[in-house]
Amino acid sequence: MTTSSEKLILNVIAIVVAALVLAPLMLMFATAFKGDQQQILRDLGNANAFWIWPADISIANFRSIFSSTAFPILTYLKNSAIIVLSIVVIGIFVNSLAAFALARMTFLGRDWVIAIILALIIIPMESVALPLLLMVAKVGGVNTLSAQIVPFLAHPFSIYIFYQFFSSLPKDLDEAAYVAGASRLRTYWSVIMPLSLPTIATVAILQSLEYYTAYLWPVMIVQDATKRPMSLGLAQFFSTPPPIWGEIMAFSVLMSLPVLVIYFAFQRWFIQSTIGSGIKG
Amino acid sequence: MASIRLKRDTKTAYLILMPALGFIGLFILVPFLLSGILSFTDQRLLSNANVPTSFVGLRNYIRLLQGGDFLNALFRTATFAVLVTPLQCAMGLGAALLINSNIMFRNAFRGIYFLPTIMSMVVVAVIWASLYQREGFFNYAAGAVGIGPYDWLQNSWLAMPALVVMSAWQGFPFQMIVYLAGLQGISKDLFEAADIEGASRWQSFWNITMPSLRNTHILVLVTTTIFAFKLFTQVQLLTQGGPLGVTDTLVRIIYMTGFREGKVGIGAAAAVMFFIIVLAISLVQRRLLREERAIP
Repeated sequence: MTTSSEKLILNVIAIVVAALVLAPLMLMFATAFKGDQQQILRDLGNANAFWIWPADISIANFRSIFSSTAFPILTYLKNSAIIVLSIVVIGIFVNSLAAFALARMTFLGRDWVIAIILALIIIPMESVALPLLLMVAKVGGVNTLSAQIVPFLAHPFSIYIFYQFFSSLPKDLDEAAYVAGASRLRTYWSVIMPLSLPTIATVAILQSLEYYTAYLWPVMIVQDATKRPMSLGLAQFFSTPPPIWGEIMAFSVLMSLPVLVIYFAFQRWFIQSTIGSGIKG
Repeated sequence: MASIRLKRDTKTAYLILMPALGFIGLFILVPFLLSGILSFTDQRLLSNANVPTSFVGLRNYIRLLQGGDFLNALFRTATFAVLVTPLQCAMGLGAALLINSNIMFRNAFRGIYFLPTIMSMVVVAVIWASLYQREGFFNYAAGAVGIGPYDWLQNSWLAMPALVVMSAWQGFPFQMIVYLAGLQGISKDLFEAADIEGASRWQSFWNITMPSLRNTHILVLVTTTIFAFKLFTQVQLLTQGGPLGVTDTLVRIIYMTGFREGKVGIGAAAAVMFFIIVLAISLVQRRLLREERAIP
């Protein structure tokens, strides 16, 4: 159908688009590994911004941000890891259990609960942030990691994703487990969850990205440097003049690297989870 | 027998649901209702025992609607949405068509094109700040064609487009993936039939591809619009709403009045109106999708 000259043009376009997509990322990596701040300032003003020669590679920027006491980046990394892992791991149980009850059990009021959870998906975090802040402040949650974890454990959209998948599994599974004498929880744990690994991955990826990159809530709830997550740490490091671009980009590399590594290892699942999130709205 | 099992199941079901329902009630439902209540009060962030909170009726709403800041932010946020949504969707559709064509290394390209969307907006803003700065690459490129230099983020005509381009770059992979799924759902027979009838590629695109993607278009446009209305992080990092308020946003109004100025009542009123806008957009989507179903 397509002629070879058309195919060539399409391939050229694809490469140009790839270059446009990669250029800002190249700039981040190249700048982070340049040791000479004068060179960085010069390079940012021309096409060298996107490139680094092997001879210029240096880890000076990383060394200096790791030794910064005003911006304890290792603490930020640790905080972000604790926050994201807690939300994802605990959240998966909380949300999948709820979805299990809604999808696999018949009980009074079920349709109501489903309707309410579906309706709550539309409520944006931004519109409940202020009252939530008052509530968290009331129980002394300002400047804590828990305040960045506990409010986000239950997630209506994740319940909905689990619910959809669980509803698609054949009813015979529960019947067989019931006949074999398994309790409801046992069925959930040994029959349903092992079949749900792709869905678990979808939810885990969506939630990790959402909370790793969260900015508004941490800005409101954390003033203490030792409780900041990465996103807030980077934002404040960037906003503290004068900008030292090499160090800012090194900070950005450290923030992006965990996500990039996981992305390249589980690319298919990231794309799958995007399709899953497409039904939101 | 059946009713005994139903009764027992009801108890078990609510036990299993309890953690989720408890958290949802406490951290979504209660703050949501509280937001509505607080919007009718003069609640402050730091409560003062001498000045108790009292009901003020619609005063917060009237203040927001009569003062210029809220309407300005609403207008600027809508402007952002109107600019970024078509751009981002077109970029997503273009990239999806490219990957869906028979280019080489399709999976590798798809993997690369997806990258911006996994980057944190804070990181993206930081990178683009270095591109937009006065001694940055964009002024170098502008200089190469004999224009500029510009203060991209401090110029009241350029700041909004600068944010739009940056946000579209970060966000388009989402639209790409959703469009890709839509494209792969179109039957190949349609294109073959059109080919036999002598239709050009252009005609096939407008008469087969675009109409077949109708539901995908609605979904993508609405989701992108809602997302655009939540604009905050990149603005807060790059322009703080400036210059002269041209990049102010609704979420920024909620944040500035409710949190920075501590006027929770007014911030809550802004949050309620923000929510109503988001809700209205998603109701439009539901309406459009229902119409689609009504047509046989």
